[in-house]
Amino acid sequence: MSMSTLTGSRIRERRLMLGVRQTQLAASVNISASYLNLIEHNRRRIGGKLLRDLAAALGVEQALLSEGAEAALIATLREAAATPLGAAAERDRADEFAGRFPGWAQLVMGAHRRIGELEHIVETLTDRLAHDPHLAASMHEVLSMVTAIRSTAGILADTREIEPEWRDRFHRNLNEDAVRLAEGAQSLVAYLDRAEGDEARASSPQDEIEAFLRAHDFHFSALEAPGDPQATISMLIDAGNFASASPRVMMRALLERYAADAQRMPLGAVLAEVAAVPQIDPAGMARRFDVDLGTAMRRLAMLAPDHLPVPLGLVICDASGSTTFRKPIEGFPLPRFGGACPLWPLYSALGRPMAALHMQVRQSGRGAGQFDTYAIAQPIGPQQFDAPMLVEAHMLIVPEKTAQTDVPTTDAGQVEGVRQIGVTCRICPRKDCIGRREPSIMSEEF
Amino acid sequence: MGKHVLLIEDEPNIIEAISFLLNRDGWRVDTHSNGIDAVEVVQAKSPDLVVLDVMLPGKSGYDILRELREGAATSDLPVLVLTARGQSRDREMAERFGASRFMTKPFSNAEVLEVVRELVTP
Repeated sequence: MSMSTLTGSRIRERRLMLGVRQTQLAASVNISASYLNLIEHNRRRIGGKLLRDLAAALGVEQALLSEGAEAALIATLREAAATPLGAAAERDRADEFAGRFPGWAQLVMGAHRRIGELEHIVETLTDRLAHDPHLAASMHEVLSMVTAIRSTAGILADTREIEPEWRDRFHRNLNEDAVRLAEGAQSLVAYLDRAEGDEARASSPQDEIEAFLRAHDFHFSALEAPGDPQATISMLIDAGNFASASPRVMMRALLERYAADAQRMPLGAVLAEVAAVPQIDPAGMARRFDVDLGTAMRRLAMLAPDHLPVPLGLVICDASGSTTFRKPIEGFPLPRFGGACPLWPLYSALGRPMAALHMQVRQSGRGAGQFDTYAIAQPIGPQQFDAPMLVEAHMLIVPEKTAQTDVPTTDAGQVEGVRQIGVTCRICPRKDCIGRREPSIMSEEF
Repeated sequence: MGKHVLLIEDEPNIIEAISFLLNRDGWRVDTHSNGIDAVEVVQAKSPDLVVLDVMLPGKSGYDILRELREGAATSDLPVLVLTARGQSRDREMAERFGASRFMTKPFSNAEVLEVVRELVTP
C-alpha cells in the first residue's frame, strides 16, 4: 500500500484520538459520513481542498496526514533504490518493506546515509588525494570502513535466513565500524579544517572576507544603531587583522552597504515583520519597507541566526557571473573556486534583469536538499545616459520546511516543478546536462 | 566442497563479511591478513582464486601480485585486486602487475560475487 493511500488511516487515527465522531467531522468539512468512512478506510484517495479542510478540522499539518511519519524513511529507501546499486531493488515496494520490516528499513536507511556522507567526503577530497599521503591513508581507512559497513548491511538486508549468532555478530560489526567511521570522519574533518586554516592565512581577499563574516555569523549588531557608522566600521575592520589593503577596502564597502540597509530597514521593525509572517517573504518585506528586493534579501540573510525561523543562504554575483558575496547554507553547497552551476536561478535572473524569480530547486546528488530560491538582477550605480548598464544579481536560499517526499516525479526521477541543479560541474553527478562545462570527477566508482 | 578462495585482507570486518558471503555461495574460504608471508601462504594453500587487498601491513598487494606472477605455479592464478583508491594510476598498476580483475572499495556484495564467479567457475 502506497504512502498516500494510508492518508485515510491517519485521518481516522487522528479523529479517534480527538474523540470526534465521524458524522461531526464529515459535517465540518461538508461531506457525508459515508464518504468520510470510505476515505478513512483508504477506499477513496483525497487531496487538495478536502485534505486541507480535514487537516484544519483535525488541527494538524496537511503533510502529517498525507505523508505520515514514515515518509522520510520511505523516501530514503526510494532514494537508495534509485542509485545504480539499487537497480535490482523493488522500488515500488519500498513502503511495503518499511511497513513490514521497519528495523531493517532503518538499517538500510542508516547505511545508505552513511555511505552518502562518506561519498561526499570522497568527492571533496578527490583532487587532493594524489598529492597528500596523510589524506590518502586516512581515506583508505574511511573507505575500508564504508566497505565493511556496506557489505555487512547488504548481508543483513539480503539474506533471507541468517543464524542468530551471525546476525548478532554482524550487528556488532556494524556498530564497531560505525564508531570507527565516525572517528575517521572526524579526524579527516579536523585535518581539513587545519588545512583550510592554513590556506586562509595565505588566501584571496574574498576568502579573508568570508572568514571574517563567518566569525561574525554574518551579523553586525554594532551597525544596527542609527547614526554615522564610519567609526564603527573602521573599528570592526581593524579588529579583522586583514593581511592586506584589498580585503580592507572590500570589507569597508560591504559594511557600508550593511549599515545603509540597516538604516532603511531598522532591526526592530524587521524582526516584528519576520515574527508576524509565517514564511520568509522577501517581496513582502521589500514592499513593507519600500526598498528593492536585493536590499530586502540582504537584510533577511544577515539577521542574527536566532532572529530567523530558518537559516537563510545568500549569493550575490556581478554581471560577469562572478560571485561577490556568499553566505552558505547547509545542503546547498556554494563552490569556493570556479563557477557554480549555470542552472542556478541566480544566473537565470542575470538574463532577465528586474524580473523577480521564485523557484524551487533541488541539488543533484545523494542527500541534497530542496530549497525555495528568490532571485533578481537589478541595475547598480547611478542612472546615466550612454553608459553601460551593469546589473547585480541576488539569490536568497530558503530551506523547504516540509520535505517533498510524495510529490509527482518525472520518468527521470525528478520532482515536477522543481528545477534540478548542481553545485559545480566538477562534482555534479548529473548526466546529459546542457549546462555542463567540464566532465565530472564523479566516476562510476562513486 | 566448492572451489577454494584465499582472501588476503587486513580489515577484520571486511574479512568476516566477504567470507560469509562466499561461504553462502558455496566457496571454501581461507583468509590471511598480512602481506609479509602472503606469497608463501598462497603457494602453500594452492587456492583456485586469490582476493587481494592492495594496502596490507608488511608488503603491498602489488608486490605480492608481481611475485605471484613470477612464480611458475601461480603465474596464471586468478587474482582479484581490491583497493580503496581507484584512481586510474592504481588501475594501471594492477593491470601491469597482472591482476585478473580490479575492484574499488566500496563495492557491493553482488559485484564481488559476480566477479568471483566469472573468474572461477565453482
